Amino acid sequence: MEASKEVLLNIKNLHKNFGDRGVLKGIDLVLHKGEVLVILGPSGCGKSTLLRCVNGLEKTNQGDIIFQGKSIYDKDIKMREIRQKIGMVFQSYDLFAHMTVIENILLGPMKSQKREKEEVLALARMLLEKVGLGDRENSYPRELSGGQKQRVAIVRSLCMNPDIILFDEVTAALDPEMVREVLEVILNLAKQGMTMMIVTHEMNFAKSVADRIIFMDEGVIVEESSPTEFFENPKTERAKQFLNKFEY
Amino acid sequence: MNFEFIQKVIPMYVKAAYVTLYVGFLGIMLAVIIGLICCFISYFRVKGLNRIIKIYIELSRNTPLLVQIFFLYFGLPQLGLKLSGTVCGVIGLGFLGGSYFSESFRSGLEAVSKSQIETGLSIGLNRWQLIRYVILPQAFSISIPQIAANFIFLLKETSILAAIAIPELVFTAKTLIGLYYKTNEALLLLTAGYLVLILPFSIIFRILERRVRHAEFGS
Repeated sequence: MEASKEVLLNIKNLHKNFGDRGVLKGIDLVLHKGEVLVILGPSGCGKSTLLRCVNGLEKTNQGDIIFQGKSIYDKDIKMREIRQKIGMVFQSYDLFAHMTVIENILLGPMKSQKREKEEVLALARMLLEKVGLGDRENSYPRELSGGQKQRVAIVRSLCMNPDIILFDEVTAALDPEMVREVLEVILNLAKQGMTMMIVTHEMNFAKSVADRIIFMDEGVIVEESSPTEFFENPKTERAKQFLNKFEY
Repeated sequence: MNFEFIQKVIPMYVKAAYVTLYVGFLGIMLAVIIGLICCFISYFRVKGLNRIIKIYIELSRNTPLLVQIFFLYFGLPQLGLKLSGTVCGVIGLGFLGGSYFSESFRSGLEAVSKSQIETGLSIGLNRWQLIRYVILPQAFSISIPQIAANFIFLLKETSILAAIAIPELVFTAKTLIGLYYKTNEALLLLTAGYLVLILPFSIIFRILERRVRHAEFGS
């Protein structure tokens, strides 16, 4: 789906330090509605931190994040309400271990969004069906495989009806044969026009899902281009080195 | 073994068992309350109080209960505060048990990983909802074996209270031995009394553990 011109997220000159060490050193980024942005880069380049900043899980030192026209640091803005619109899926899935699949999914919509149970339940079942887990709603997380857990985590995020979803290396902890089932779910979301920011190490996936690629290193954006351009003709030496490491 | 004697003194043991339970329960309740307060103060690192709690926990865990109740029963009156034996017993158990409960609650809370909390935040839960739906249920199911162990430990510690003349099981057995010199019978009944009293709690806790931990740990 074509990305529209409506700006959903605008990150301006974002700085983040851990102690004396700068992790993000001035990130500028614009994300349009319906766009799929993939962030690549070596470990420790700040890509995960960037996602966490967007969801308000990290305090920043300088700069601004504008979401739907308003700064998320504005005093009148409640982070809690922002987070209901910005979904996030973590590498470690982090399903709540004491709840069944369906309880995990319903918690956010019912408690923080105060929506009707029937409506959320119908949506949850439809989405579970879609990711191939229609028969697992009463299972506990410990009874699921890693790939299944991650698909549930995606459904949990989707049920909040977010305007954007952040994916933080969601396949990094999975066995190779489970990576595909999770990536396919994300690919389908992209086709339906979901706005997403994805941090991943799966290069082929990045190539096929991304509308735009950002390559980060040492806290700055080194390169920004279309996927074909990035993978076939990287502009910077740093990006070339990085891509070479993925070829055997 | 004199069965006639046993039959005769059984009602006294029943009464003593009641006293043991009564003092034990009140003491454990006090210990749970102290434990909850202390664990929240140290978990949320409340400034100022945090240090006092640490001193209390070391003091409570590194001195014997016998010394603690001697202080309450014989020491405080010299400072002008006279408490009854039962009150001293309950406070003593609370003072000792509070630190144990505090530490088990805290280990449960701290075992809930940071990423679970972040996930809770990322679906828009507020602080209270996060505690209510994510942190407490998991902390509880992690610490329940320790809670059960503390409960039974404190119930057994009531035996120390014989030293301040609370008419619980040990005190009753000692009195009977002193009066009738029937040591075997008195001690047999004492052992049986504790077993009858405490075994059901062990079983109840085992069932409770299984139910509470089913979701996370399976059977």
